[in-house]
Amino acid sequence: MPLPASEHPDGRSTLLEWRIASDIAEVSAVVEAVRAACIAAGYPPKVCRLNVPVALTEAVTNAIKCGNAGERSRPVHIRACINQIRLRVDITDEGSGFDVEAVRKRCQEEQWVTGESGRGVFLMHSLMDKVETWRDHGHTVRLTLHRA
Amino acid sequence: MTFVVEQTEDSWRVAIHGQLVVTNRQEFKDVVLAAVEQGAQRVLVDFSETGYIDSSGLGALVSLNKRIRERGGELRLAALNEDLRTLFELTRLDTLFELHDSVADAVASF
Repeated sequence: MPLPASEHPDGRSTLLEWRIASDIAEVSAVVEAVRAACIAAGYPPKVCRLNVPVALTEAVTNAIKCGNAGERSRPVHIRACINQIRLRVDITDEGSGFDVEAVRKRCQEEQWVTGESGRGVFLMHSLMDKVETWRDHGHTVRLTLHRA
Repeated sequence: MTFVVEQTEDSWRVAIHGQLVVTNRQEFKDVVLAAVEQGAQRVLVDFSETGYIDSSGLGALVSLNKRIRERGGELRLAALNEDLRTLFELTRLDTLFELHDSVADAVASF
């Protein structure tokens, strides 16, 4: 369920926030809302068509399917901040996270190209300027993309 | 998001209208495999009306490529826009699939 959109105290950022069930049917509404905010903020068309929707779809799907093991009752918390400088989205699930370096190594392997899965984290890194992860109250992935 | 299936004399065309993502990848696989079950040997996926694809959609294409090849068939991908080509290049899937600029080119390649 989306929480109300709000203006950041700096008056120049849009904040969007959701706490959704672990159900992939919830993903598209989140992605489309963040994409619309990026379009409104004047982000480049290709970024709005490709980078933002694909990377965010991967991150939210990963949180639902891997972090929360697809258990509908376990929530995923998403917080997006969009302004003229950058997009930043934090996606928090209840899982224990993943080993970014191990994922990167798998992408170098020959059989990675012919595998049916394992591209999600790679695409996040490829399409965003920065991907950070940490554990606090749950596991969080932070996507950052600068507008220019 | 819809899939349009068209059988011609030489091949089957499956057009993706909208996104190919985690929410509809299984439906897409079911549609293509139903065509394969009906004897489709030459299958082309038409991306001219497609927005974006996520890793689930790319995985579905890899899976279908294997299934079709196992049955002696061929899969071609056609009319990918610049964004979609970027995704295939990033993931090196442009080395696994034949990407064609148009449906006509893809049909001619069979």
